[in-house]
Amino acid sequence: MATQVIMPKLSPTMEEGQLSRWLKKEGDKVSMGEPLAEIDTDKATMEMQALGNGVLRKILIQEGESAPLGQLIAIIGEPDEDISALTSQAPASAPAKADAPVAEKPAEQKESEEPKPAKPGEIEAPAGGNGRQAQAPVAQPTTGRLIVSPLAARMAAESGIDLRSVNGSGPGGRIIKRDVEGLLSQQQPTAPVGATKQTHLRAVGSPAQKSDIATASAYHDEPASEMRRTIAKRLVTSLGPVPHFFLTTEIEMDRAADMRSGINALDPELKISVNDIIIKVAAAALMQHPQVNASFQDKVVRYYEHADIGVAVAIEEGLITPIIRAADQKSLSEIAREVRELAGRARERKLKPEEYVGATFSISNLGMFGIDEFTAVINPPEGAIMAVGAMSPKPVVRDNEIVVRQMMRVTMSCDHRVIDGASGAKFLQTFKKILENPLFLVV
Amino acid sequence: MRKRTPEPTRVGAEDTSATGLMDQDSAEDADARLDPAEAEALKAAQKSRFAELDRATLQSIYRQMLLARRFEEKSAEAYSTGKIGGFCHLYIGQEAVAIGAISAIGKDDYVLTSYREHAHAIAKGMSPDSVMAELYGKAGGCSHGKGGSMHMFDKEVNFLGGHAIVGGQIPLATGVAFATKYKETDQVTLCFFGEAAVNQGAFHESLNMAQLWKLPCIYICENNQYGMGTSLERAMSLQDISQKACAYEIASEFVDGMDVLAVREATLRAVERARKNYLPTLLEVRTYRFMGHSMSDPGNYRTRAEIERHQERDPLKLYSASLKEEGVLSDSELQKIDDEVRAQVEQAVRFAEESPQPAPEELFTDIYADPIQANE
Amino acid sequence: MAIVTMREALNQAIREEMQRDENVFLMGEEVGAYQGAYKVTKGLLEELGPKRVIDSPITELGFAGLGVGAAMVGLRPIIEFMTFNFSILATDQIINSAAKMLYMSGGQFNIPIVFRGPGGSAFQVSSQHSQALESWFAYFPGLKVVMPSTPADAKGLLKSSVRDNDPVIFIEQERMYGSKGEVSDDPELTIPLGVADIKREGKDVTIVARSLMVPVALKAADLLEKDGVSCEVIDPRTIRPLDIKTIIESVKKTNRVVVAEESHPFCGVAAEIASEIMERAFDYLDAPVKRLSGADVPMPYAKNLEDAAIPNVDQLVAAVKEVAYIE
Ligand SMILES: Cc1ncc(C[n+]2csc(CCOP(=O)(O)OP(=O)(O)O)c2C)c(N)n1
Ligand SMILES: [Mg+2]
Repeated sequence: MATQVIMPKLSPTMEEGQLSRWLKKEGDKVSMGEPLAEIDTDKATMEMQALGNGVLRKILIQEGESAPLGQLIAIIGEPDEDISALTSQAPASAPAKADAPVAEKPAEQKESEEPKPAKPGEIEAPAGGNGRQAQAPVAQPTTGRLIVSPLAARMAAESGIDLRSVNGSGPGGRIIKRDVEGLLSQQQPTAPVGATKQTHLRAVGSPAQKSDIATASAYHDEPASEMRRTIAKRLVTSLGPVPHFFLTTEIEMDRAADMRSGINALDPELKISVNDIIIKVAAAALMQHPQVNASFQDKVVRYYEHADIGVAVAIEEGLITPIIRAADQKSLSEIAREVRELAGRARERKLKPEEYVGATFSISNLGMFGIDEFTAVINPPEGAIMAVGAMSPKPVVRDNEIVVRQMMRVTMSCDHRVIDGASGAKFLQTFKKILENPLFLVV
Repeated sequence: MRKRTPEPTRVGAEDTSATGLMDQDSAEDADARLDPAEAEALKAAQKSRFAELDRATLQSIYRQMLLARRFEEKSAEAYSTGKIGGFCHLYIGQEAVAIGAISAIGKDDYVLTSYREHAHAIAKGMSPDSVMAELYGKAGGCSHGKGGSMHMFDKEVNFLGGHAIVGGQIPLATGVAFATKYKETDQVTLCFFGEAAVNQGAFHESLNMAQLWKLPCIYICENNQYGMGTSLERAMSLQDISQKACAYEIASEFVDGMDVLAVREATLRAVERARKNYLPTLLEVRTYRFMGHSMSDPGNYRTRAEIERHQERDPLKLYSASLKEEGVLSDSELQKIDDEVRAQVEQAVRFAEESPQPAPEELFTDIYADPIQANE
Repeated sequence: MAIVTMREALNQAIREEMQRDENVFLMGEEVGAYQGAYKVTKGLLEELGPKRVIDSPITELGFAGLGVGAAMVGLRPIIEFMTFNFSILATDQIINSAAKMLYMSGGQFNIPIVFRGPGGSAFQVSSQHSQALESWFAYFPGLKVVMPSTPADAKGLLKSSVRDNDPVIFIEQERMYGSKGEVSDDPELTIPLGVADIKREGKDVTIVARSLMVPVALKAADLLEKDGVSCEVIDPRTIRPLDIKTIIESVKKTNRVVVAEESHPFCGVAAEIASEIMERAFDYLDAPVKRLSGADVPMPYAKNLEDAAIPNVDQLVAAVKEVAYIE
């Protein structure tokens, strides 16, 4: 069964990519997840992984050439597989225009309408011979539109599977539950040690960029105990690859709000927001609770020295999480300035990968949408993410009296492989204590 | 219960107090103008009626009619300023029917009618405050603002609505009468409807059942000669409605609906038949509405002259004149009642104005008596 | 416990409720002397007398409205339609009076009434006597709509319907009057309205079926079991209010669902259930919700055509396989 290699979307802004280097040549064996090529996007040079097993049968664009998203650039197949049906519909190997490859559509559709199983004795089977399975990649329009059942989409999102790596076995190539399950059962045992798991479509970090993110927090590894590993394994089987659990607390925000208006009154230029204070406080609390500023790395648990805090920013296409590096070392005004600056560039899609890859802890704030409380999904390999709700006046009991206080709910999603209920709760307790009494920041 | 014993039907010519005084067949223009002989006879009949009633009753009937009139004049005003929405069907000109008939029954008896029901509601004992607040769509309305002009209800005084499907209340009233008989009470049910409703199957189905099962229901057809813009002549093959009772062997009478006491008396006779023998009656009460069908009536289907001719026999004018003539009320007493009634209506408007709007969550209440939360 | 027919179970329910409460009366065409057009009311006239078991003229609008009026002042009528096809003449009173009275009167007049009778497809009686009308009635807030599929459900649900303080449309499947099952003779045993019943547990595909489609679904589930497909069969029993929770829970478990019904598909109950599932369990679906409805045609007379108009076991098996991605 042949796998079409298409120009992948490697950054939120990417419209076309230039093939900077093939890491395999025609005839080389490739397996799922192996680096196949390096691609220059508008942002950086990225590694493209193989999404199928077999032999790199055909390279369709040469190094230095560009192709729009979704264009067929190579074919992976069995050594003796007939791939003429695929190569014939590929555009000529020439620098492609940024336009979508509309021309190839009709041929594909025809193909997908009538998936004929190979008859015995028939030598030239279409699309690799196995009608059902081969149909999936063929049926998927190269514009990148995936046909996927809602359940399969959710399962893939939860387990960080790139759906483009999945062959749909449902009608019209729809990716369904069993396809995702099939892939999950393949992937589980082969996860490479210490490898950053590719999550959703936005994760683009790869070892090639290691040096670019030199400013990322240093860390030390400690062997994960036998018990820790057992816990990790057990929990993984219970709820996706990252076993989430959630802790919620309600925080009185009057003092933090006072502090913010106090500072801003002193110097309006500073424009400190409540969120900046939350980042600062989270960083401070993380320093007191290193077990929360950590990530699970299969054989080791990684503890970070600094709090590199990812701040989720909604942008038109979705979400990106620029990072305040070593927020624990920075002043409030520095944090405020950096958040503003990064968020601004995030919205203009001008962030460099190192500015949004590799946080140690994330904060997502939907308070401005009036959301009271929500849960966020952890950004692997980070150990936790904090979901911050809206601040609103509520009646509370203080000294046996009902008074009105600005209350805010936060919910922390924790990766149970590194964080246990009690350690998460203790962190949250500290976080709450400081946020309710921000003077602790200077103590 | 299935065995039928035919009852004496159609109180006919022998009862001159109730029928034959008006020329039923000349609805064109003659029914408003009486020839001298008829007028004489009418007067004589009226005199005898006055003699039978005590002052308090006579006065209270007048007060009710005037209250209905003033209440609706005020409603029209509030409608024109946008305080009242939707359809608003005024009863002005027909007051003698509702007030006369309802004066013949007690608090325990039931009343159902159509969408033209403000006067019936008040006559049955509903507070003008709650009726006006309902018109305003306020929480203080009898139906908490969910019914509006066409759906007044008050369980307290056995006023069972305000129904807006032409003829829809007729089977319902028949069922209420069925229930009173089932429970062996002596309550009677008055069911009012317009003459156009007589063309509905519901009317005929109901009359059939009522006589078949001997139900104490009094069907009062308020023949104001128009169903919206369609005159009786243009809509009904046999226009003598009281005759239709023959098809069901039901007792019936034709009544002058501009004479409140005539309506009252005819109703009293029907009530007696119902209470004593569980028997239904059909009353055709000839009347006329002075206003449009609703507040949005183009009025192009009848002439101004026709309306004015009927206004000569305005039931309030006729009755107040008789009250004076018979020495029941003096001019100053009539004026005093008017002042009091106006104050009462002003109070109703104040109440309606001040009453809050229904709470938004009221949207979802009163849908089920036993709500089931399966859907949540 | 005794094995009785649906007809007998309904008869027991009516008898017991009428014995329990003086205010309950039964009215309809041929309910008394004739013993019921479908013999559901057999013996009741004799036992309860003509005051309480009343043969009505053929006057559906009239006696439906009479029932609503009687309910306004404290009686609890059971109004039988000889078949629900004839309820169409009474819809003004059912919809404009019964369903809306409580609301229009600001909560003053509730209508404790049961409109019951056979409905759905019958045997070769053609278009005017063979149709499923539940989606009509279920459309209206203020009405409750109940459709039993077993004698036990029929009895328990009818008793609850009579005791309920709102108007209930109780549709008995005409073809199922003779179906048998165990029924309790405890006169206090009722089945609450608005609660679905899981008629069979399974894990691969949920089949939502009501009335006549329940036995069809159970049969299909048996056959599919042999192919290794485990079906969960849910009978909502009450169409309005619909126990959507139970359905959603099942769909979250199985990820696939077929809604079977004998009624027309357009604006039908299955369409409503499908849209609820889409709204509430979108992320749990591994296949589009599949409807299997009656043909979108008036019911024909000819046996072969009639058979083709009503969903059957084979079609349901195929529908289940389609959502389970099995060839
Ligand atoms: C079934 C039905 N058809 C039509 C209407 C619209 N409509 C409202 S009042 C009316 C005329 C009814 O006339 P009548 O019964 O004589 O009563 P009136 O208005 O004269 O008091 C019509 C056609 C309605 N409300 N219900
Ligand atoms: Mg009229």
